[in-house]
Amino acid sequence: MTNMLEIKHLTVATNGKEILHDLNLEIGLGETHALFGRNGSGKTTLLMAMMGLGGYEVVQGTIRFKGEEITHLPTYERARMGIGIAFQRPPTIHGLKTRDMVNIASANGLDAEALAERLEMRDFLDRDINAGFSGGEIKRSELLQLLAQKPELIMLDEPDSGVDLESVRLLGDVVKELLQKDLPPHERQKSGLIITHSGFILDYVEADRGHVLSNGTLACSGIPRELLSTIRTMGYEECERCQLRRLQES
Amino acid sequence: MSATTLTRELEQRARRALDRPAEYGEDIDLASYSREARQRAAGELSQLTSEQRERFVRAGVELSGKGRCGSYIQLDHSILHRMSNIEKLEVMGIEQALEAYPELGEKYWWQAMAVDTDKYTAQVALNLNHGYFLRAKPGARTTFPLQACLFIGQEGLAQNVHNVILAEEGAEMNIITGCAADIGVRRALHLGVTEIYIKRGAKVTFTMIHNWAEEISVRARSEVFVEEGGLFFSNYIIMQPVHTVQMYPTVHLLGEEAVARLNSVVVATPGSRLDIGARVLLQAPRSRAEILSRSVSTGGTVIARGHLRGDAPGIKAHLECDGLMLDEGGVIHAIPELEGGVADVDMSHEAAIGKIAGEQIDYLMARGLTQAEATAAIVRGFLKVDITGLPDALQAELDEVVEACEASLF
Repeated sequence: MTNMLEIKHLTVATNGKEILHDLNLEIGLGETHALFGRNGSGKTTLLMAMMGLGGYEVVQGTIRFKGEEITHLPTYERARMGIGIAFQRPPTIHGLKTRDMVNIASANGLDAEALAERLEMRDFLDRDINAGFSGGEIKRSELLQLLAQKPELIMLDEPDSGVDLESVRLLGDVVKELLQKDLPPHERQKSGLIITHSGFILDYVEADRGHVLSNGTLACSGIPRELLSTIRTMGYEECERCQLRRLQES
Repeated sequence: MSATTLTRELEQRARRALDRPAEYGEDIDLASYSREARQRAAGELSQLTSEQRERFVRAGVELSGKGRCGSYIQLDHSILHRMSNIEKLEVMGIEQALEAYPELGEKYWWQAMAVDTDKYTAQVALNLNHGYFLRAKPGARTTFPLQACLFIGQEGLAQNVHNVILAEEGAEMNIITGCAADIGVRRALHLGVTEIYIKRGAKVTFTMIHNWAEEISVRARSEVFVEEGGLFFSNYIIMQPVHTVQMYPTVHLLGEEAVARLNSVVVATPGSRLDIGARVLLQAPRSRAEILSRSVSTGGTVIARGHLRGDAPGIKAHLECDGLMLDEGGVIHAIPELEGGVADVDMSHEAAIGKIAGEQIDYLMARGLTQAEATAAIVRGFLKVDITGLPDALQAELDEVVEACEASLF
């Protein structure tokens, strides 16, 4: 069966500086992966490069989505093919309402009110997008746009940072819906890649596999909860030591 | 109307000012425009092609008069249509009004505006080609807007108009003024003097939409007097090519708690030079003013002037100038000025000029828009000013006009 995502030997640079080196990652159909890593390890860069955003140059390697190579496709084509992203710090755009963003993302007239209701965002529909939004409101607004877009691969950049636990539960419920977690695993058609520091979101959204990004490449992959527990008790240093050991062994 | 209806004193002052250059804007050779226009017949309005009608629509003018409580339409030097559906609302040509109301000449006509301000006011005084008189009687309330249209259909013509708007005590007026030129008219001159008097507790919303052509020049001179508790909201929109426009209306807040809000939304296309200003003199206690200017250059020049002067205690005033540079070759020059004349004033300004941020484009592209679509959406948002105090129906209509104009931008 074709993977949802296949990244091979990916090297990405921003401003002429290499951030990701020879990174490999596969996400199967219906799978959810969690991505851990220190600040500055390149997690966001990976998401941006997968989305094809300006300033993220693929120096080497390939990205395939549902079997098709998308390495050099423009961002909007990737979005239209079914890749969606919830940004961590999206920009404010004056004059563009949250409602406009929902309409743009859905590309057809979805019922913005009903979607917004789901995320307790109705009062925000007629506000300028992200203008004066709190951290939690930004997360909800990003998920609202993803609900409208209905992507097949959902990338979330720290959906649980700066958000109270009550809100994480609401966000988690919506993410579960986006990822069809109510269906048995073999029937799920949506895949996810979730960056999380705290792991709070994983209390609500089960991830199938976890990865630790270190020094611009995946240092370790395994069961998400075990990885998280190792990081919590021993820190990322342990991952780096382990990465180094394996490098020396090979 | 000729100079003969001016008082001797006004006429003399005007004559002395005929060569007086304006403070701002490039000098215009008035002799290079025709003063003679052929007489137009009212029937011409019903014979317009759909393309010609579109010229009116994009200036916010509803030719059928549907959804309007009153209407004034002037083509070149002929008044083709005027009507009012409301008893308390008068719509007249200015000469007719001067005859009907002798006190108009004494109390309002050339009273707010100095006839010898510059060569353009002098020209309007001495070679007048009509203009409108709009008056809302005390307590008049209108649901639908009142429209006034000044249209140029003859190549090379100079159209000199003088308008007077009078909102009596407690009256409310929503006025849309559409200024436009016919298809095929490339070069023309529009000189307009407008005097607006807002009496105690009255409210005037004045929305002006321009739809000119590449070689047309406009010089507009406006003075607004607002009495106690009166409100003046102005929206000024230019989104189509024009050669030069220079205007710098002055609003005098003369009564306590009078309020003025002036918004302008302008797009300077290559070859356009727009010198757009707004000045509010806050002369009464607790009066308030807000000037909001949004300029886009797609290669043309915008000079965005703003001046607030506070001379009474408890006043509050804010000025905001935002400029968006979309193309090389354009210039946006924001000149905000604040002047406090007494201690107890609260005045501020913000000005920013820049290009569209790459991260904004990225954001929209990640939701499926192409780069061009994303740019258009951001510019559309930038130009969309939510005008506080504007009736919903008028705001909706304004949005439609702006959208139609934007469609031709991209």
